[in-house]
Amino acid sequence: MTTIADPKAPRAPRPGPGRRVTRGNVEMASWLFMRISGVVLVVLIFGHLFVNLVAGGGVKAIDFAFVAGKWASLGWQVWDLLMLWLAMIHGANGLRTIINDYAEKNATRLWLKVLLAASFVAVVVLGTLVIFTFDPCPAGAAAGTLPSFCPAP
Amino acid sequence: MWSWVAHRVTGFAIFFFLLVHVLDTSLVRVAPETYNAVIGTYKNPVMGLGEAGLVAAIVFHAFNGLRIVLIDFWSKGVKYQKVLFWIVLGLFVVTMAGFLPRHLMHVFGGN
Ligand code: HEM
Repeated sequence: MTTIADPKAPRAPRPGPGRRVTRGNVEMASWLFMRISGVVLVVLIFGHLFVNLVAGGGVKAIDFAFVAGKWASLGWQVWDLLMLWLAMIHGANGLRTIINDYAEKNATRLWLKVLLAASFVAVVVLGTLVIFTFDPCPAGAAAGTLPSFCPAP
Repeated sequence: MWSWVAHRVTGFAIFFFLLVHVLDTSLVRVAPETYNAVIGTYKNPVMGLGEAGLVAAIVFHAFNGLRIVLIDFWSKGVKYQKVLFWIVLGLFVVTMAGFLPRHLMHVFGGN
């Protein structure tokens, strides 16, 4: 049985009695979510990286036509939507933990979390709208930028 | 302890890349030419090396994350946490050995 030599992490001192650290089952749910979403994200992200960077022509082959070709199928729309939501919730929740650990002043913590929440909402809403309103064959696009399945202009 | 630091640093870095990555991908809704112009900057050698670093960060975070899950949920996880860490490093090396040559070939090769 090995024991961890020095489990102390370089973190802020424990908060005093005035600071609420747990909200009952909410922290437990967050802990569980980090683990479940992590396992799902392995599949989603490794698949994403393999298809975009390894399988075809790699990063040099990525352009509008490549993205349009993927999002023309419902499967990739669902894949990317799920990846967006899970990664953003997992990442933002992880950042919340980091803020709680290092930002010692109540006001600093509050403002960092407001900033985090604002970026979270902005990016998730934007990304979701883009996936749902995407048109692989937009009118008036420059010649040669569209995927081959688009009707000739 | 060091695996924890690395897990935190990689998670932090990946999150900020994700914010930027959703923004650049959103340009597909502006115009094909706009998206192509911005994604074109991802194809130069300096960015290519950055992408390699980013993939390395994700691969480490992913395998080490699975190790954390095993430590928490597998009855023998705590006992084998050191061994699991070496397995994480082994899988990391194998995965990067598969990824790097192909990616660098794309970035630095003719096309
Ligand atoms: C690829 C699959 C992934 C797996 C298996 C995974 C797994 C985990 C696990 C198990 C934790 C620990 C949570 C805890 O201690 O309660 C964690 C923390 C974290 N993850 Fe991930 N994760 C993955 C992807 C991501 C992505 C894509 C991001 C960024 C968007 C991210 C950002 C973070 C952050 C910021 C933390 C908090 C670190 C800390 O508290 O020290 N992770 N991850």
